[in-house]
Amino acid sequence: MDTTVAKPSTDNKTWGGGNRPLNTSYGKMMMWFFIVSDALTFSGFLAAYGFSRFKFIDSWPIADEVFTHVPFIHGNFPMYYVAFMTFILILSSVTMVLAVDAGHHMKKNKVIVYLFLTIIGGLIFVGSQAWEWGTFIKGTYGAVETNGGKVLQFVKEDGSRIALGDFAAPIYSERTSQGSNEAIWFYSEKPKTTVNLAEVTKGFLANESLLIRTQYLDKDGKRIVLSRAESVAKLKSDGKSVVEGANLRHNEYGTPLFADFFFFITGFHGFHVFSGVIFNIIIFFNVIIGTYERRKSYEMVEKVGLYWHFVDLVWVFVFTVFYLV
Amino acid sequence: MAQDHKLAIFRGRLKFKSIKSKIWGVFTLLSIITIIEVYLGIVKPEFLTTNRLFALKYLNWIFLILTVIKAYYITWDFMHMRDEKMGLRRSVVWTGVFLVCYLLFILLVEGNYIFDVYKENYIKFNF
Repeated sequence: MDTTVAKPSTDNKTWGGGNRPLNTSYGKMMMWFFIVSDALTFSGFLAAYGFSRFKFIDSWPIADEVFTHVPFIHGNFPMYYVAFMTFILILSSVTMVLAVDAGHHMKKNKVIVYLFLTIIGGLIFVGSQAWEWGTFIKGTYGAVETNGGKVLQFVKEDGSRIALGDFAAPIYSERTSQGSNEAIWFYSEKPKTTVNLAEVTKGFLANESLLIRTQYLDKDGKRIVLSRAESVAKLKSDGKSVVEGANLRHNEYGTPLFADFFFFITGFHGFHVFSGVIFNIIIFFNVIIGTYERRKSYEMVEKVGLYWHFVDLVWVFVFTVFYLV
Repeated sequence: MAQDHKLAIFRGRLKFKSIKSKIWGVFTLLSIITIIEVYLGIVKPEFLTTNRLFALKYLNWIFLILTVIKAYYITWDFMHMRDEKMGLRRSVVWTGVFLVCYLLFILLVEGNYIFDVYKENYIKFNF
């Protein structure tokens, strides 16, 4: 937007104004400095995640066991879908930088095509993230939470996981909800799980081959599996409630803090992607109606491009911190 | 706008003919790095998970270094940092790098300390 900036004549006076020591326009520089501050925000979040993880380093969930789903396909596919999401985001970064390049050459139609592809990539990414949240909230196998807030997961003798519904023995029971006409003070009903603790305990005692896997990790980073006798004792003495899926208070995969950070950081990143898509759409329509053609500069595309690449950049770190390390 | 893009990566060892071929070249590089990361994350070779350097597994070192490499190429080539003046480059990059290193150092050391308190002292998560 060179046309909107006043340029007083400098007459070789260094401090006379109009000098551009960084050789970049005001808007672009401010976008860079916004990116620096936003990067520090994300670093703060990720460092806080690291802090909590180091605090519970011997009982933190293993990402490979948490994110094992791919849409429309059943089975155990650790990380494939996240890798796909990463790939989509990098690809949309490529189309964005191609749009910026087409803008440098004042090729309006190419800018339109590439911006459109970028928007599509962004939408696929946000949609995938929503799906990932959905599967994480729904959960996979279910677990029992202990009085200390840790989880107990159930495995067969060969160490493979088994879902609560597959071994719990049904017990017939009736449940009536209390209305406000019957009492003044009462707690509202807790969310109902598909099986309750009594059913899980009964099924576990009946099935001799099942074992309990604790949240704790051994020296090599594998979960510690208890012996049959220990498992029975543990379930009887410490089991408090059944937990299915993850939310801000309970997490069947392990420490609830993991779920809290997952929702907060990927949510904050997803919000950035979403707002990036909105910016792209605004610029997309501006390109179509020829605003930048008249301005004779496509620098606005470059500025939203910077933001879009930044979103990609943050994802690279989120990906490593949450899914790989 | 200035059209003078620097077209070489790997310190000038790999030169591209045009800005477009450079973009696709960098994209290929980023994809390869991502594939390596995912492959290592799924396979988790025994040698890399059992050995440690500064309390961090070799595998995690590899992940972190590859991530920084990816971040470098996204910033330098997609965000055109390579074409900016040194002043802008330093004011953006070093600000971030110094503060992030400081933050990570303080918080990770503190987290480790709290872990030790839980483990060695009277406060227990053992029920």
